[in-house]
Amino acid sequence: MSVTRIYVPRETAAVSVGADEVAVEIAREAKRSGDRVELIRNGSWGASWLEPLVEVEVDGRRIAYGGVTAADVADLFAAGFLVGGAHDRRLGPIDEIPYLINQDRWTFWRCGLVEPLSLEDFRQHQGFKALEKAFADGADTILDAVIASGLRGRGGAGFPTGIKWRTVAETEAQQKYIACNADEGDSGTFSDRLLMEGDPLGMIESMAIAGFAVGASKGYIYLRSEYPLTHTILSRALDIARDAGWLGDDIRGSGFDFDIDLHIGAGSYVCGEETAMLESLEGKKGIVRYKPPLPAHEGLFGKPTVVNNVVTLASVPNIVNLGGERYSQMGIDRSKGTLAFQLAGNIKRGGLVEKAFGITVRDLIDEYGGGTASGRPVKAVQVGGPLGAYLSTEQLDTPLDYEAFTAIGAMIGHGGIVVFDDTVDMAQQARFAMEFCAIESCGKCTPCRIGSTRGVEVIDRMVAGDNREENYDLLVELCDTMEHASLCAMGGMTPYPVRSVLKHFAEDFATSGGNG
Amino acid sequence: MEPQSIDKEAITAIVNEFGARPEMLVQILQAVATRHGWVSEGSIRQLADELNLSRADVHGVVSYYHDFRIEPPGRHIVKICQAEACQAMGSRELTSHAQAALGADLHGTHADVTLEPVYCLGNCACAPAIMIDGKTHGRISAGRFDELVGVLKEAG
Repeated sequence: MSVTRIYVPRETAAVSVGADEVAVEIAREAKRSGDRVELIRNGSWGASWLEPLVEVEVDGRRIAYGGVTAADVADLFAAGFLVGGAHDRRLGPIDEIPYLINQDRWTFWRCGLVEPLSLEDFRQHQGFKALEKAFADGADTILDAVIASGLRGRGGAGFPTGIKWRTVAETEAQQKYIACNADEGDSGTFSDRLLMEGDPLGMIESMAIAGFAVGASKGYIYLRSEYPLTHTILSRALDIARDAGWLGDDIRGSGFDFDIDLHIGAGSYVCGEETAMLESLEGKKGIVRYKPPLPAHEGLFGKPTVVNNVVTLASVPNIVNLGGERYSQMGIDRSKGTLAFQLAGNIKRGGLVEKAFGITVRDLIDEYGGGTASGRPVKAVQVGGPLGAYLSTEQLDTPLDYEAFTAIGAMIGHGGIVVFDDTVDMAQQARFAMEFCAIESCGKCTPCRIGSTRGVEVIDRMVAGDNREENYDLLVELCDTMEHASLCAMGGMTPYPVRSVLKHFAEDFATSGGNG
Repeated sequence: MEPQSIDKEAITAIVNEFGARPEMLVQILQAVATRHGWVSEGSIRQLADELNLSRADVHGVVSYYHDFRIEPPGRHIVKICQAEACQAMGSRELTSHAQAALGADLHGTHADVTLEPVYCLGNCACAPAIMIDGKTHGRISAGRFDELVGVLKEAG
């Protein structure tokens, strides 16, 4: 009797809605029925709305069943689930699900497909092929390819990655570092997590390529503490890579030494800012540094350091394999390649959608997201995390492009798209932006530390109807001060969501129900 | 609630695990906080000694990061996401429900359950999200919250 392969994701979102219980129940039911099954805990494809999404391999094809609960399992077996039988939960072959196939999967292509902690599976899906190619082609070729790709930092700042790498490569130093920023703190974002949980060996390969390209022998991953499952998976992946000689001295006879330490954050949002992260990696309070010096010149422990976001790094192996030009052919204007957009909040089909730049927010929300979860009309959409502007419905046709967003006083950031329906009180959202800044400010600069608290107070007065017009002007002035005089994006961009509320939803200050 | 200290040997073991280097302070504190729930005044003194830092240095780091508590929490910790994606799915109402159900305000402890805010668990497509004793749960309704918390109370 043959063994049937069943895939149940071991990924935070899937597990948060019962994937572990489903896996246990499948094993139990198979034992009861006498069927032989091999349970594979894959990563998630990113269609979070379908989680737990279980797949059964039938004649070499993976048949998907969505929204499976432990209570469904006996019924699924009875319906011939092991041969792809019909059932309410059956979605059809995974490679025919429109949400997944209508994407441009450059960076996330292995997520969901492979078993994250199987080196063999990884190798069968091009794993470490790009690193081997890098060893063969040499560092300069890699730097040229990354520059040619037009790849920009996916953490939010959008700085050209190749230029950063070239700068570190050209800076003379005995020791250089790769610091991977996995402190994914923006609400509405989970792409880093999805990648690290679904393709952790790919993450390791990406960092090794970066290290090889710039001449760094040591890498650090700064992972937020709110991701305990990611921590478990990444730690294991690092051991696997080390045991197989893909990390350590003289990697696979290349003469290149590289190893990675995994550091865990401690709940500070501002540690996602690159210099605060470096301070935290050095064991200190996560307080922002002045720039210059740039981390590329004087970064971790004062040494030249590439600080890149997870998705930025993970975009590189395919750039090495397929060429920078291939990547730069996707996207529009100066926003080349793809971004992993994350549909979140009040949305019917939330999840990760990797698409070339240029798609509009409206298309993402309507065609992929299927509108709001509540079925009510969309009122506002926050793009780019807590420091991103709230877009009005009239602005949803703006193409997702770094410069087009800057032009409307917004930002794409890390690609989080949080949808709110018409029940939202936007005055409350503006207040939260200031409150969050007050909670998370590192305290080094005054506009951020004090301005945010004053901002909450001014908004409270506006909501209370106390000199609303005067306070409106005061809030505008406060936003200007914070934007222009803060040391980093925390205080400098908190005004973005606040101003967007003043501009598009000012009437909510009069009708707001209250605070917090 | 009397036992207001953490075993010294346990702290030394953690220091040895990471290495007695100042740059490991955040990692060491994270391990102390994860395993013991909090960081005691005695631990701060001990870490300052063992890492050759001033007490002020260690205290500064402890007080800076949200993850480090200087008082022991309850036996169970329930964190509720307060960030935007969860707000869009009713986290404010869920938080009110949780406060009433647990009899504790945010940052408060009642009947050995500590309720805390958290700003994003990265489960934003399955909002609202909560974390109970280090495990993330998604699509939380008031009813689902009561079920999950009910299990804690039974387990004691």
